[in-house]
Amino acid sequence: MSEKELGQKWDHCLADSAIKFGTGLGLGIVFSVVFFKRRTWPIVFGTGLGLGMAYSNCQNDLRSHYVLHSKVAKEQ
Amino acid sequence: MLRVCWKGAHAAALTLVWCVCGRKKPTVKCILNMVFLFCRSNAGKIVAASLLTVGGGLGSTILYAKWDPKFRANIEKSVPYSDQLFEMALGPPPPPLVPLQKKPGKIEPLQISSLSEASKESKQPKAKAKKSDPAPVEAPPAVEEMCNSCTSQFVCVCVGEESKDHHEPALKERPAEEVSARLAQQDKVEQDALAALTAGLEESLGSSAKTTLQAIGAQEAVLTAIATHTNKLKEAMDSQTPPDEKSTQWKALNEALSDRTRAMEEAEEALLKAKGELEILRGVINSAKQSKIDAARPQILAAEENLHSMIVDLDKVVTKVQTAQTEAKIMSQYSELVNEAKAQFQQELANITPEIQANWKGLSGKLSADDLNSLIAHAHRRIDQLNRELAEQRVREQIHIEVALEQQKLEDQKALERAVASALEHRREDMRLEQEKKVQEVREVMEAEMRTQLRRQAAAHTDHLRDVLKVQEQELHEEAQEIMNSKMMEQETHYRRLTQEQLDTFTLDMNAAYARLKGIEEAIDSHVIAEEEARKAHQLWLSVEALNYTLKSAGADSPTEPLEGAVGVIKENCAENEFAQALASALPEESLSRGIYGEASLRARFYDIRRLARRVALIDETRNSLYQYFLSYLQSILLFEREQVAPPAKLAPEDLDTFRLLAYATYSIERGDLELAAKFVNQLRGASQRVAQDWLKEARLTLETKQVISLLLAYANAVGLGTTQAP
Repeated sequence: MSEKELGQKWDHCLADSAIKFGTGLGLGIVFSVVFFKRRTWPIVFGTGLGLGMAYSNCQNDLRSHYVLHSKVAKEQ
Repeated sequence: MLRVCWKGAHAAALTLVWCVCGRKKPTVKCILNMVFLFCRSNAGKIVAASLLTVGGGLGSTILYAKWDPKFRANIEKSVPYSDQLFEMALGPPPPPLVPLQKKPGKIEPLQISSLSEASKESKQPKAKAKKSDPAPVEAPPAVEEMCNSCTSQFVCVCVGEESKDHHEPALKERPAEEVSARLAQQDKVEQDALAALTAGLEESLGSSAKTTLQAIGAQEAVLTAIATHTNKLKEAMDSQTPPDEKSTQWKALNEALSDRTRAMEEAEEALLKAKGELEILRGVINSAKQSKIDAARPQILAAEENLHSMIVDLDKVVTKVQTAQTEAKIMSQYSELVNEAKAQFQQELANITPEIQANWKGLSGKLSADDLNSLIAHAHRRIDQLNRELAEQRVREQIHIEVALEQQKLEDQKALERAVASALEHRREDMRLEQEKKVQEVREVMEAEMRTQLRRQAAAHTDHLRDVLKVQEQELHEEAQEIMNSKMMEQETHYRRLTQEQLDTFTLDMNAAYARLKGIEEAIDSHVIAEEEARKAHQLWLSVEALNYTLKSAGADSPTEPLEGAVGVIKENCAENEFAQALASALPEESLSRGIYGEASLRARFYDIRRLARRVALIDETRNSLYQYFLSYLQSILLFEREQVAPPAKLAPEDLDTFRLLAYATYSIERGDLELAAKFVNQLRGASQRVAQDWLKEARLTLETKQVISLLLAYANAVGLGTTQAP
């Protein structure tokens, strides 16, 4: 069912973004707590990182169909 | 030559310049101009050169033609109107040499001789050709006489190769029997003539011989008579015998004289008769010679010889008689003289002694002395006289002898001439006879040769005839064989044709019956087949109906049952129906294995697809970032349009917009036109296409299967319709 593919992708994307966000948040919190004296910026940074990664992943996933895959031909 | 031409051209140019430059002294400039012009103009050069060439060629041709008439004739023959030119320039052509007329003159005499030769030649083979029948070989004279007669009779066509130059009319060859009859007739005629001739000749010969013999006998009798007479005369002259025997002597003498005269007369008569007979014989011989029958020639010759010998004998005898006559004449003259003298003496005695007149022979004892004296005186006187006469005679002896010699010479000459003439005649006759004999011999030899040649020719002819006959026989045989073969073949073909016809008719009948039987069988079979077909059609229809029914088993979201079973049933039942088989195998695999979705489900699914497609309308290869996704989503929310739009008959490029397409598709699908909806959906591009892919596939499947099934159904219906028979 090709129509479901999009939905799946979106699901995946959301899940991934949630995870990334959470992970980023967590890591940011951790880092902020551990290394950066409870500043806000690692959290934000981590979250942003996570969100960004999630965004990128989502985008790539949604784009994956249109990306051209090339192979380096073996030199004869 | 070139220089001359160049000079000529130069001169011409000068004059031209002079004329052009207006009668002034041509200035150098002017000349140069002209020359330049002329030299520069290539056309002028070419024209001048060509004119020179043409003129030169023409002139040289005319000159040479003047010299060589043959060349002239050639040119006149090959180039038209050249003869007029030549005539104008050179005069009329010389008369052609007449070939010498020697040959015709020479041919003429040859022809004539050859003609005669050929005619002669042709006579012989003609004769040979006509003698081909099994007649006995004619004597050559017969051949010759036939040949002689041939000229007047007929020409054999088969001897044409020898007589090319003949101008005789070509009469047709008479048939062999007629020819032989004619020949026989001719032979008979000739034989008769010959016989007659020979008979005549013999007769005349015989008679002339008889008369000649008679004449000769008579002449000889004359001779003997003359001889006896002379003897008797001599005896009588001798006067040695006694007087009584003298009278007997004189009587005998008279008798002898009368005998002689008689004999002479008889001889004369006989001679005349003989001469007459000889003349007759000569006439007969001449006529025989003229009749030209060669068989009589030796006889003629013999007759001529006989004649000649008879003439010779006769002449001899006549000469003998004449000599005897002359002798007798002498004797008679002598006797006459003696008698005269005696008579004179007696007269004188009588004159002297008149009383002793009668028979003074027995007188010797009776005479007196006076008588005796007178007698002696008379005798003396007589003796004197005689002496005187003798002296006179002696004187005149010479003259008399001369005269006598002259006379004798004359007579001798005459006799000689006569003898010479007769001898000459005889000689001539002899020569002629000899010549004739020789001619005869030669002729015989020639005849013999000709006979041999003719025999040879006959042999050659028979050989040739044999060959020709053989060849003809062969030809005829072949012809007959051919004819027989052809007739046989005709008969065979006829027979074959008849048999063939019979066979054909029989075959036709058989075929007809067979065809009818076949027809009946076929009708039955076709009935059976028709029923079978009907059954099959029915089965097919049932199975297709079953398949159709399975379509209905589609649930709301679940596909139908796999159509495998039904299709398998179709395939089983309609194994021999190729169309059904093809169609059955044309069903897509998916439908067989998995089944197809129903239209309702597809419809329902379509709306989902529609929604999704609307959402991702902006996404394609170039635009596929998340932001675009957001925008497209926004677009789908914000764009308001009609859900269903009737699609136009033709799609314009602006109709290929996603929303519009979806509207068209919705419209179609609402109207139940899945196919059109699928077509529209197929036009989607980009992410919408990806989204609608599956649905499209399903729709395609369904459509295909439906199409196939409808075909099958239609086909089954058609077949059923075809096979059902109207009641």
